[in-house]
Amino acid sequence: MKRIKPIITGVAEIEGLPIIVVYLVLMGIFLLTAPRVFTGYRIYMSFLQTVPPPLILALGLTLVIAAGEIDLSFSAIIAFSGFVFSFIFRTLGTPWLALILALGAGALVGFINGLLVAKVGVPSIMATLAAQFFWNGLTILLCGGLSWNIKEIKSHFIHTLFVGRIGGIVPAQSLWAVAVAVFLWFILNRHKFGEHILFIGDNVDVARVMGVNVTATKIKLFTFMGLISAFAGVLLTLEMINFWTTQGAGFLLPSLASVFIGGTSIAGGSGSIVGSFFGAYIVGSLEAGVVATGIGGYWTRLTTGFVMAASVVLNIILGEAKEKGLGEKLKKSVFLKGVFEGKP
Amino acid sequence: MPEKRQFENAVRVEDIEKYFGHVAALKGVSFEVGAKEVVGLVGDNGAGKSTLIKIITGVFPPTKGELYIRDKKVSLKDYNVRQAYKFGIETVYQDKSLGEKQALWRNFFIGRQITNRLGFIKVRKEKEIAQKIMLDMIGFRGAGITVESKANKLSGGERQGIAIGRAMYFDADLIVLDEPTVALSLKEVQKVLSFVKRAKEQGKSCIFITHNIYHVYPVADRFVILDRGEVVATIKKGEVTLKELNEFLLKYAQEK
Repeated sequence: MKRIKPIITGVAEIEGLPIIVVYLVLMGIFLLTAPRVFTGYRIYMSFLQTVPPPLILALGLTLVIAAGEIDLSFSAIIAFSGFVFSFIFRTLGTPWLALILALGAGALVGFINGLLVAKVGVPSIMATLAAQFFWNGLTILLCGGLSWNIKEIKSHFIHTLFVGRIGGIVPAQSLWAVAVAVFLWFILNRHKFGEHILFIGDNVDVARVMGVNVTATKIKLFTFMGLISAFAGVLLTLEMINFWTTQGAGFLLPSLASVFIGGTSIAGGSGSIVGSFFGAYIVGSLEAGVVATGIGGYWTRLTTGFVMAASVVLNIILGEAKEKGLGEKLKKSVFLKGVFEGKP
Repeated sequence: MPEKRQFENAVRVEDIEKYFGHVAALKGVSFEVGAKEVVGLVGDNGAGKSTLIKIITGVFPPTKGELYIRDKKVSLKDYNVRQAYKFGIETVYQDKSLGEKQALWRNFFIGRQITNRLGFIKVRKEKEIAQKIMLDMIGFRGAGITVESKANKLSGGERQGIAIGRAMYFDADLIVLDEPTVALSLKEVQKVLSFVKRAKEQGKSCIFITHNIYHVYPVADRFVILDRGEVVATIKKGEVTLKELNEFLLKYAQEK
C-alpha cells in the first residue's frame, strides 16, 4: 500500500490524467465489445466531426464554473448566433460579415448576462436561465420558427476553413477545438484574467480586497462565454449547412456533464481544461459506442449517468489521495519554529 | 514598489461617514496615523473598525469625508485597492488574505501579477520571488510547504505569516492588520506581535485592529477607541495603564 500511494499522488498531479485514463479504458471497452466499428477510422472521424461544438462550450464553461458561476444560456446562443449567421449570409451573401456579426451577437448576449450577474447581482443560474428562454424565444420569433438551408456556403472558403476535411478525412473543426483548448488552458493557468477567475471562484471577498476588479472580470467572463458559444454555434451551422431554432438545445446538459466528468468542481476556484476536453469526448463517444456495442440505444443515457458519477467519484478519491500525501509532509514540518525570526 | 516619500502622517481621515442603506456604520470619524507610529484601533464587534479599514485600503469609498495619504488628499472617486498599493498601504486581513485553493505563489501576487505586455503571468519569476519571501522574510524553512502548496494546507499562524511576508515584500509605508491575532494560539500571537515591532523598527506605520486590548497594548503607541461608528477616545500609551484602559473599555461594553 505504501508503494501505491506515491503513484496515486503522482498521477493526481498531472492535470486531467485520471480522465484521460477513463477515456482510454472506455475506448478499450468499445474496441472489445464492438471491434468491427471501433477498429475502423470512420467512427473516430465521426467523433471529430460531432464533438467539437459541445467541446468548445465545455471549455468556456470550465472558466465560468471555475469562477463559481454557471451559464445556462449558451444553448440559446448557439441558436441565436446560428440565426444571425444564416440570416446575414442569406440576405447579404457575405460569409465573413456573417461570422463577425454572429460572434458579436453571442458576445452581446454574454455581456448582458454579465451585467445582470455582476452589476445587478442576479445569481448567474437565474440570469442565464432567463436568458436562455429569452434569446431562444427571440430567435424563434425572428425566423418565424423556420429552419434555413444555407448549402450555398459550401462553395465559400469559410466552410473549408472551419469545417472542411483536412486531407479529405479529418474534420477541421476538431483542430479548431484543440486550438481553443490550448488557448483557454493558457488563459486560465497562465494569464492574469484566469488567475482573477480562480480567486473569484475561490473566495470573492479575498479577490476583492486583494485588488481584483470582480465586476469587470465577471462581465468579461460572461461576454467571453457568449462569444465562444457563438463560435460553437457557427461551427455547428456550417457543419450542418443548416440553421434550425432548436440547434444547441441538446448541448446544454452534455456540455455541463463534460465539465464535471473532467474534474472541475462546481464549488469554483479550480478548473481543468484538459479534463473538460476529454470529458467532452467521453460524453460524445458514449452514444455511438453504446449503440455500436449492440446493447441498444436505450442504454446510452444510463451509461452517461454512470460514467459521470464514476468520474466524479474517481476525482474525489484521487483528490483525497493527493491531500493525504501533502498531509504527511506537513506532519514532518518544523517550519513554525522559524516563522517571524527575530526578537520575540 | 511604492515610491518613497517623507511625510508627517501615513494616513489621516477626516469626518468619514459610511452608510450601508440607512444603517450608519461610521458617523463622522477622524483620526490619523503618524510616520513610524503604531495605532491600536480598538472596539467591540460592530464598532465600525473593519468598515473604516476598508475605506482606508480602497475596498469601498466612504459616503462622506476626506482621506489623506502621506499628507496628500486622495481623490476618493479614483481610489481603489490598487491605488492603495501604489501609496504603500498593505493590509493583512484576519480571514480574507489568501485564496484557499490557490498555490502560495499565486497568493503572493494576486492583484499585481508580474506579467508580460499581453497579461500573461511570468510564472517562474513570481515563484522565485515567492520562494525568497518564504525563506528570507518569514523563515519557512525545510518545511514541506513550498510555493506550490495550496493555502488551505496552512495553519492560521502560517497564513498570517504569508500575508505579513507579502506586506513586507511590497515594502509598505503603512501596514494595516485587521484582527491579525483572532483564532491564533498564544505562541502565534507572540509571533505576530514581534512582527509588528520589527515593522516599526524598520520605520513603518501600523494600524492594528483588535477587540482584544491585551494583544495590542504591548506594541501600540496610541489607542483609538471606536464605538458604534464614532471615535470615543484617543489615548497615548503613557497616559494609561493596561488595567485602566481595560476598565475604560469594559464601561463602554456595559453601557450597550
